Amino acid sequence: MAQVEGPALSPIEAAAPRRRRRFGDSVFRGGSALVAIGLILLLFAILGLLLAQGSEAFRKFGLSFLTGTNWNPVAGRQSFGALPFIFGTMVTSAIAIVLAVPVSVGLALLLSEMPSGWFRNPLAVLVDLLAAIPSVIYGLWAFFVLVPVFDRHVDPFLAHSLGRIPILGALFQIPAANKGGGPGGNLFIAGVVLAVMILPIVTAVTREVVSIVPRELREAAMALGATRYEVIKMSVLPYARSGIVGATMLGLGRALGETIAVAMVVGNGLLIGPSLMRHGYTIPAVIANEFREAATGDHRSALLALAAILVVIALIMAALSRLLVGRTEQVVTAGLAVPEEDVLRAAMGEEE
Amino acid sequence: MTDVAAPTFAPLGTGVGTARKIKNRAFTAGLWICGGLAMLPLLFIATYVIERGLKALSINFFLKTPGIPGQPGGGIAEAFVGTAIIVGIMAVIAVPLGILTAVYLSEYGRGWFASTVRFVAEILLSTPSIVAGAFIWAVVVVRLGAFSGFAAALALCVLVWPIITRATEEVLRLVPQELREGALALGIPRWKVILRIVIPTAGAGIFTAVMLAMARGLGETAPVLLTALGNSFMTVNPSGPMDSLSLRVYVDAQSSYSLDVVQAWAGAFCLLVIVLGLSIGARVIAARQLRRTR
Repeated sequence: MAQVEGPALSPIEAAAPRRRRRFGDSVFRGGSALVAIGLILLLFAILGLLLAQGSEAFRKFGLSFLTGTNWNPVAGRQSFGALPFIFGTMVTSAIAIVLAVPVSVGLALLLSEMPSGWFRNPLAVLVDLLAAIPSVIYGLWAFFVLVPVFDRHVDPFLAHSLGRIPILGALFQIPAANKGGGPGGNLFIAGVVLAVMILPIVTAVTREVVSIVPRELREAAMALGATRYEVIKMSVLPYARSGIVGATMLGLGRALGETIAVAMVVGNGLLIGPSLMRHGYTIPAVIANEFREAATGDHRSALLALAAILVVIALIMAALSRLLVGRTEQVVTAGLAVPEEDVLRAAMGEEE
Repeated sequence: MTDVAAPTFAPLGTGVGTARKIKNRAFTAGLWICGGLAMLPLLFIATYVIERGLKALSINFFLKTPGIPGQPGGGIAEAFVGTAIIVGIMAVIAVPLGILTAVYLSEYGRGWFASTVRFVAEILLSTPSIVAGAFIWAVVVVRLGAFSGFAAALALCVLVWPIITRATEEVLRLVPQELREGALALGIPRWKVILRIVIPTAGAGIFTAVMLAMARGLGETAPVLLTALGNSFMTVNPSGPMDSLSLRVYVDAQSSYSLDVVQAWAGAFCLLVIVLGLSIGARVIAARQLRRTR
């Protein structure tokens, strides 16, 4: 942005009080800079307050806050072991990533690599609208429509098919009712709902990354006679790889923090075990469910410590994602030849 | 990349080899399946919410408060009023903050400080909504000892300030540099150029940014739950507990009365119509603006 210094003054303007104009400018500039500083202060305030509360919880409960499995806020029998929530958050987010990322990447490629057609704009708009649906509506729909279908059909089907695979099958065994099984949602279904919720953001970032890949690379591959699949594999994905990892991280950060929809379908159970068909609990869900009763200082700082864990992980994911996507842009604009070498090598039939 | 298929070029004239052709077809089909899978949830959710929600709508739904649990004839009027007040306060606070931050970034910002602000705005976009709620809960609600609609508005501000900033900065950058230079050359001070020329030129774009932020604020439940708590009585006083549309849907959905669940679907229908209406409206305005500038 070129700065225009000291515009020439017309005689009329020269007569006007010059100092006041300077004054107005510095006030406006200073004011907007102050607000911008406010945004940074907001970040530090959130981190500072939650980390202060979090360290208090660690001082009181020690490391057992992270490793303990007994969470009981009832006065007199208080115990704060947050492992069930940390476990549930990690498991549901992992399911969401595993299910959402392949679909998102496929969708992003469909939207940006296929020859343009009537479907592209409507499809892109619909995916964006998916992001606009409020979390409580996802929760309502999942609780009343999806959960019964999963309880009756999907979960038993998975248990009978995938459940027979030796080691992996343990994930799909339905536990007994007293071991955390039973109707009313479970970790798996929470992960499925999360997958739908993060799909738009992962798709959007992947599209952004894919659109950076220079057209010449695609054209070069096409000129060699490559099919569309080969173009994508040789020219697009090698460039976009780190950006797609960034998109995944952003999706992970979103999945970790999702509250209402997960709280409605995860089943709110504290047991930990290998099966995904088990009632679980997540960090955001426990904050939302227990803040009302958090009258005592201990319970309150335990919940705020959980919020601190959440925000630190989410912000780190967001920062890493930004850096990875930014690096893709840099690689392209700097014209680094690494991915091109990949293409050449692939074209010449050498093995990597 | 050991299994790259490209090098097996077919002799001239025979076209693409069959194996490669099949692979390409399978890949294309896979992409279409991804597209289909992504569409399913939206269609399912929309049909269910519309079907079940429309059935439950009535005049009372908009005019009455919940009343006695389990008795027919109640409504969620207090939730509509609460949402309007909370989102209204949010907009009054967050819109100036967001736009001023964006003005700083696009008109004055240079060097490391501006990139820091931009980076912070970018990662604040990923603040989990429950964390915004917990933060304001600890800072405002616990300290003052009262849940309030005002606290809810503040929690939503934490979420939408970076949204408005990022979106507004983008549209401000689209304002042609010549406009600024022309105005400055006439001797108009910079702040007046920004207020009278840059911002009005980007007006429609800023408006869409605000609409999207309002849609986000309307749809949030967790931060409102932690700060405004909910209230089944009509109130217009933002210094006490308030209800909001999304919060009422959440509470009704977990009720053991089937009438409440029916109301939750109706509430969800209204919420969906408002939020999607704002999102689609913003898109239409943005598209129209884009066409005009071209």
